[in-house]
Amino acid sequence: MSAMDELKNQPLVEVRNLKKYFPIKKGLISRVVGHVRAVDDVSFAIRKGETFGLVGESGCGKSTLGRTILRLHHPTGGDVIFDGRSMNAMKSRDLRALRQEMQIIFQDPFGSLNPRFLIKDIIGEPLRVHTKASSKEIEERVAHLMSLVGLDPARRNQYPHEFSGGQRQRIGIARAIALNPKFIVADEAVSALDVSVQSQVINLLIKLQKELGLTFLFIAHGLNVVRHISDRIGVMYLGKMAEIGPSEELFRHPLHPYTAALLSSIPLPNPEIKRERIVLQGDVPSPANPPSGCRFHPRCPFAQERCKSEVPALTEVMPNRQVACHFPLVDKAMGIGGK
Amino acid sequence: MSASDSALQAVKKSPGPWKIAGRKFVRNPYAMAGVFVLLFFVFVAIFAPILTPYDPAKIDLMNANLPAGSEGHLLGTDELGRDILTRLIYSTRVSLTVGFSVALASVLIGTVIGAISGYFGGWIDTILMRFVDVMYSLPSLFINILVLTLWGSSFGYMIMVLSFTSWMGVARLVRGNFLQLREMQYVEAAKAIGVSNVSIIFRHLLRNSIHPIIVYATLMVGSAILSESALSYLGLGIQAPQTSWGLMLSNAQEFMLIQPQLALYPGLCILVLVLAVNFIGDGLQNALNPKEKKKIPMRRLQQWRNEYLKSAN
Amino acid sequence: MAERVLEVSKLTAGFPTDHGFLKAADNVSLKIDRGETLCLVGESGSGKSVTSLAIMRLLEYEGGFILDGQIKLHDEDLTLKTQEEMIHIRGKKIAMIFQDPMSALNPVFTIGDQIAESLRLHQGMSPKEAEKEAIELLRRVGIPAPEIRIRQYPHELSGGMCQRVVIAIALACKPDLLIADEPTTALDVTVQAQILDLLRKLQDEMGLSILLITHDLGVAAEMADRIAVMYAGTIVEEGYVKDIFANPCHPYTQGLLQSIPGFEGERGSELYTIKGSIPPLTQLPSGCRFHPRCPHATPKCMQEQPGHYAVPGKDHYAACWLHDPAGAANEETGVSRE
Repeated sequence: MSAMDELKNQPLVEVRNLKKYFPIKKGLISRVVGHVRAVDDVSFAIRKGETFGLVGESGCGKSTLGRTILRLHHPTGGDVIFDGRSMNAMKSRDLRALRQEMQIIFQDPFGSLNPRFLIKDIIGEPLRVHTKASSKEIEERVAHLMSLVGLDPARRNQYPHEFSGGQRQRIGIARAIALNPKFIVADEAVSALDVSVQSQVINLLIKLQKELGLTFLFIAHGLNVVRHISDRIGVMYLGKMAEIGPSEELFRHPLHPYTAALLSSIPLPNPEIKRERIVLQGDVPSPANPPSGCRFHPRCPFAQERCKSEVPALTEVMPNRQVACHFPLVDKAMGIGGK
Repeated sequence: MSASDSALQAVKKSPGPWKIAGRKFVRNPYAMAGVFVLLFFVFVAIFAPILTPYDPAKIDLMNANLPAGSEGHLLGTDELGRDILTRLIYSTRVSLTVGFSVALASVLIGTVIGAISGYFGGWIDTILMRFVDVMYSLPSLFINILVLTLWGSSFGYMIMVLSFTSWMGVARLVRGNFLQLREMQYVEAAKAIGVSNVSIIFRHLLRNSIHPIIVYATLMVGSAILSESALSYLGLGIQAPQTSWGLMLSNAQEFMLIQPQLALYPGLCILVLVLAVNFIGDGLQNALNPKEKKKIPMRRLQQWRNEYLKSAN
Repeated sequence: MAERVLEVSKLTAGFPTDHGFLKAADNVSLKIDRGETLCLVGESGSGKSVTSLAIMRLLEYEGGFILDGQIKLHDEDLTLKTQEEMIHIRGKKIAMIFQDPMSALNPVFTIGDQIAESLRLHQGMSPKEAEKEAIELLRRVGIPAPEIRIRQYPHELSGGMCQRVVIAIALACKPDLLIADEPTTALDVTVQAQILDLLRKLQDEMGLSILLITHDLGVAAEMADRIAVMYAGTIVEEGYVKDIFANPCHPYTQGLLQSIPGFEGERGSELYTIKGSIPPLTQLPSGCRFHPRCPHATPKCMQEQPGHYAVPGKDHYAACWLHDPAGAANEETGVSRE
């Protein structure tokens, strides 16, 4: 492998043992009685130019993980190495400058835009904060960004409420790419959109990734969307990473029982297919009080003694396939997808 | 069309929330009546020397206690021979000045404290809110007496004392608003961009909470005028030779049985001005409320019901 | 022969505004037989929620009216009922469940009280009887330890459990028809699978008919016997689930199915998109409402709204001029409505 290839394969974002706990306070003087372990010792890496999909159900911590990587939450433990630089070692001034390189697209096209701001001010704000560009230069750049995401630049003097949901999401995307960042966290960026609009926005994201060389962390609960847009996928459960692998392989051949159950629950838009469904019992436990050992053991159809006491580590059991399970489903084919 | 061509032509800015609110306000008859009355008083206050030839403080015992309608004195004179109409006119200056100054100052103080408290939360919030609680517990009348006794009663001191004892309502209001607003996703978005906290408070959040502040400020004007009148009535506020409606009321107290109109005129002025200000405040509140469900009049509802007969129940 | 439980004919309903009457549901016709599930599929602005509210005669509470049409529940026309009469029908003969289970339950009443309310209102049960029945209902919807749960408050339950409670309340008086408006949209996918399984199980046990409203074609594929696709207030296609998926005939249905990323397709490829966006009710296009976005639009589509034409498959209809048996060439022929 040449030096150039080596460099290309160096991860852009490396997450090392990241933890984010939220204290639970009780009583008059708010003493801390416990912690919600939203992200509990997660490690993985995202390569440059890749789209890493992150899936999981409510309470798994995927949104918290995305925000902690961007330092919107201060990590309780662990570190994030961005482009070779440790974020823990950075001072607040460096962190602030780093914001130009990492951005976020939100889920809610209605709440993520200030209703009292004009579109050009919303999109231009990153430029106003980080560059010394004049207002005329900012306005030109805003017009350029708007046409890049498929909006009419002539509408830049309007307010967010005059746009549809899909268009507002495009405004959010334009804002995120305003400073040419390297890394974007898309937190359920298409989940709140109608199906016909979703496909438009997904196409836009893929197009922008190719044109601008972006790296995405795509957090979503729509598994079909994640599969379509991601190169690799990570599955989270109750604050821990259960499995990581390339999209198609993961879907066709999940190694973690939770992944298999998740995939089998998806209703497929094809009435001909009758699948055997793994129905999980009970509800997701609270992240404030996770089960001992493997977090999934109370609901796992394949749980054994060892699972109750020993926490499984995320290990590479097959090339490019990591799973945190004592008894991964190596020889069972329980997935969905083509041949 | 290239991007640079489009940069030259942009759609005109659509009517912002202010213009829309303005239109709603203008259609409210009570609010507009209030505006006219207020403007009238402002006009009177500004052009006082032109409107009346008399000096409000000049004592003229020769012409004391003239009844209303006497020559040269439309409303008569009081017991010291001072023209009542003139005194009313010059009092307008005092009331308006006090009203607007106190409203402005208390809203400024309250907004800053409330914004900081609501946005940062935590111990900053706790400390500031306990401070608010303390301020609420202090008797403002007592403080006024104290200040005016220790440092002499001057116009400026009275405005200061009134301001320092009436900002708490705004602070709580703004704090409540900010507690809610800081959870908005656009705040998170701004933080992700790297916008500083100060910028978030004053650029992003303030304009989203300005409506209740404005309404509160308008109503504050009325309440400040009433407070000043009360203080002056008690002899703690405006002192002679300056005039104020409250002071006039105080003078009129002795003569209530003989010449009740001496109390009527200043009392009526206070009432009308404060009422006007309250109508404006109400009108602003209605105009600035974007989500108001339009109340369809009963008649129109019946008409629709008759037209669309299928589910006419 | 299955008995007809619900028959909606030519229902037109909406809201009066300053700009005239907005028809959120225009000329909608549906039918559901006993034990059958009809899925009403559509995106936002399609009128599916308004249709369901109109059927329940709840539209009046939102300021809307039914302009025209019939809603026959067995043989009673619900459009002719007064609101007082409807109170005795809702909960007893038709029940409805909504999207967000947390807000559907009153936070200050216990679960037991809320289930009992329906029982005491419609069946005149005493509090003790109602409590016993409530425990039984909770058991049926799969909530463990129901004796403890009936004394709990909604905030103590998870989203999935709340939705089960909502289902229990809805089915307390054994209605003939259940209207479910996006019942699993707010839930995780594993919980969604549980709730859908539960609905199917209860349907088999009780002979329940379900009108399921959803935007998720996967849910429709799983749950529906028949599907009706709505767009901008009208039904554009209707048929049995296998026919709709195997042979969609309306361009909108075809577009919808194509734009969903599937599990078979090539990753990262460009998805099919339906160009344009859903029109707001105040600016509906002339003629066929879908024509500005349709890849097969003809001049006739811009002028006249198409009727419902039979297409291949049992009881399969599409509202599209392309399927007019009279053909586009012969414009004199009247529209053949089925």
